[in-house]
Amino acid sequence: MSEPLLQVRNLKTYFYTLKGVVKAVDDVSFELNRGESLGIAGESGCGKSTLAFSLIRLVPPPGKIAGGSIIFQGRDITKLSEEEFRREVRWQGISMVFQGAMNVLNPVYTVGDQIAELFMVHKGYTKQEGLKEAERLLQMVGIDPRRVKSYPFELSGGMKQRVVIAMALALSPPLVIADEPTTALDVVVQAQIMNLLKKLKQELKTSIILISHDLSLIAELADKVAIMYGGKIVEYGQSDLVYNNPQHPYTKGLLGSIPRLRGEIKDLTWIPGTPPDLINPPPGCRFHPRCPYAMDKCKKEEPPIIEVEKGHYVACWLYA
Amino acid sequence: MGENIYKPVYSKDTKLVVSDLKVYFPIRRSFIDVLRGKPRLYVKAVDGVSFDVKEGEVFALAGESGCGKTTTGKSILRLNEITEGSIGYLPSKKIENVVKLPMVKKLSEHGHIDLYSIPDKYFKPFRQDIQMIWQDPFGSLNPRRTIFEILEEPLDIHGISSTKEERTEIIAKALEEVKLTPPEEFMWRYPHMLSGGQRQRVVISRALILKPSLVIADEPVSMLDVSIRAEILQLMMDLKKRLGLTYIFITHDLALARYISNRIAVMYLGKIVEMGDARKVVEDPYHPYTKALVEAIPEPDPQRRFIIKELPIKGEVPSPINVPSGCRFHPRCIALDKHPELAELCKTKEPPLIEVAPGRYVACWLYAKK
Ligand SMILES: Nc1ncnc2c1ncn2[C@@H]1O[C@H](COP(=O)(O)OP(=O)(O)OP(=O)(O)O)[C@@H](O)[C@H]1O
Ligand SMILES: Nc1ncnc2c1ncn2[C@@H]1O[C@H](COP(=O)(O)OP(=O)(O)O)[C@@H](O)[C@H]1O
Ligand code: SF4
Ligand code: SF4
Ligand SMILES: [Mg+2]
Ligand SMILES: [Mg+2]
Repeated sequence: MSEPLLQVRNLKTYFYTLKGVVKAVDDVSFELNRGESLGIAGESGCGKSTLAFSLIRLVPPPGKIAGGSIIFQGRDITKLSEEEFRREVRWQGISMVFQGAMNVLNPVYTVGDQIAELFMVHKGYTKQEGLKEAERLLQMVGIDPRRVKSYPFELSGGMKQRVVIAMALALSPPLVIADEPTTALDVVVQAQIMNLLKKLKQELKTSIILISHDLSLIAELADKVAIMYGGKIVEYGQSDLVYNNPQHPYTKGLLGSIPRLRGEIKDLTWIPGTPPDLINPPPGCRFHPRCPYAMDKCKKEEPPIIEVEKGHYVACWLYA
Repeated sequence: MGENIYKPVYSKDTKLVVSDLKVYFPIRRSFIDVLRGKPRLYVKAVDGVSFDVKEGEVFALAGESGCGKTTTGKSILRLNEITEGSIGYLPSKKIENVVKLPMVKKLSEHGHIDLYSIPDKYFKPFRQDIQMIWQDPFGSLNPRRTIFEILEEPLDIHGISSTKEERTEIIAKALEEVKLTPPEEFMWRYPHMLSGGQRQRVVISRALILKPSLVIADEPVSMLDVSIRAEILQLMMDLKKRLGLTYIFITHDLALARYISNRIAVMYLGKIVEMGDARKVVEDPYHPYTKALVEAIPEPDPQRRFIIKELPIKGEVPSPINVPSGCRFHPRCIALDKHPELAELCKTKEPPLIEVAPGRYVACWLYAKK
């Protein structure tokens, strides 16, 4: 299609805790073209948020990027100084809607002031100019522009979430990361937020990385999906390939656990057991203690990443 | 032919009958407001809800946040004052002697009694017979207590078993029941040492340890990852079958309700707007609100990424303090765009819950006789 916007290569992000090293993101690679959207799915604790924080260089201590590279618009952003990164990349290049983000709005400032500030800090606008921009952005996310004067407590959960999305879009970054942007919202509001993200993608050609434990939600937006398990990507490819022809036993399990709205009621499947401890992950394939197909080899050797069809990758011994 | 307006029925296999339940919470007025004679305002959390639950049934109460699902559930357990209405209950054999008290109001010849006619001091056995699984598995377990202590507490409160050995045995069995095995390994752990799914098993275990006959499960899996929900649900369904339980299943997820419940009642702002067979309600919704809810549920089909379909609903959920007049859904209803002739009626008159097909009830003027 076009030139890659983002190339993540062998990224490792570890937390150096007293109990040991938590390998939250462990040798993760993927690519995203301009305008393309990626979904990252997986169970709680598999490293989705840590991956997102790595991309925007806000990994909380005791975490650190321990290896690999993140090439964004042609340069390795892991190599930039904090000052350069803040000035040139964060918010204008890559912005993020944090998990539980609606609670990060400052309760003592109006939403207009909070959006305006971004323009004052990053673009040297006056307050007046900033507020004008705030009105434009609120309109774009479907909120009455007069609401610039509202305080966060005067808005519903869905509206707050839209404000947070508006802030992420403020400086028109080519890449927006949305970490569980609809958790805690009702289905109707969730669907409205998903529509909003789809429009941004179609109209502004913004690339979105959508993070969720819910593969249904990801299907609403993503051109590509990466399935994460225990800090690693176990399946990755174009959405149509992964959803219609899932290969990894974990992906199959995830898809089988979703109740459907129509059709025959088959028993839902589930993935027994619990996610791995990322300080001492199981040897070999990290999924082997929960995998119905586990073989001897799986317990000893880590499976390589295999391209099972063009643009569809799986890390599993069944295919190697 | 007259229309059939919904009335819950008392039959010998009805476990629970909620009749015209209203729960209004008064809003605190400032001293100044009182002096100025401002009227008292109420949150109308539940505003005229009726349904019946058959023995052995899974009855789902569905709807968005704040529509009154939890309040309805809590009212059954008498955890809040009710403003109006009655709750009829068919007690299990164990608590028959309470039922014989003279002040207890009988509601049917089958033995249904009015839960609100029982004096407080006699209500305790009902808190054993009716159990609630709370919405938040993370908040509902005391972090400073071991699993053993958490499960011991209800036994304590209800004076069940005196010796430590007996209790240990009951608790071990209860843990095995929810597949936390071997029980000795889990008993001495604290909640933070368990995964979300395991914690939810403890919550279920605590609800079942007193051998209830009715279980009100409030969003028992919504805080869990999709991948482990099915396992917990399957466990709940197995236990239901084996122990002969009746479930009221509170959920905002209609797709899930379709899988596990026999019937669904969809609530909006304190009222039931549609009720019927679970599959039929979800697969072929009648009420404009149910249609919007179903439409809003995402599906794991990547073709959907190309489609932006505006939801058939406008605006936002209004405050339950100022419930709209007439049909409370009217400010958000898009059916009115197609049926402007109904607008006046919808704004002024509340539609009754009427039977539109056998066992299928809808509260909407599109279907009712005007
Ligand atoms: N003790 C209370 N005092 C005042 N208002 C209350 C009280 N309990 C509930 N409410 C209000 O009553 C309405 C219904 O609340 P309820 O908890 O029953 O909703 P719900 O359907 O369970 O929602 P959710 O899906 O968010 O759990 C809400 O507007 C809520 O704020
Ligand atoms: N600040 C932190 N300190 C130590 N460990 C952390 C920290 N944040 C996350 N982790 C660990 O990193 C792993 C991945 O977490 P996270 O990225 O939040 O997962 P997800 O977003 O997929 O739920 C988990 O094992 C988690 O406990
Ligand atoms: S490598 Fe082995 S254990 Fe891992 S997913 Fe494949 S079959 Fe299962
Ligand atoms: S009664 Fe009127 S306003 Fe209410 S849902 Fe039906 S058509 Fe819409
Ligand atoms: Mg996360
Ligand atoms: Mg509730």
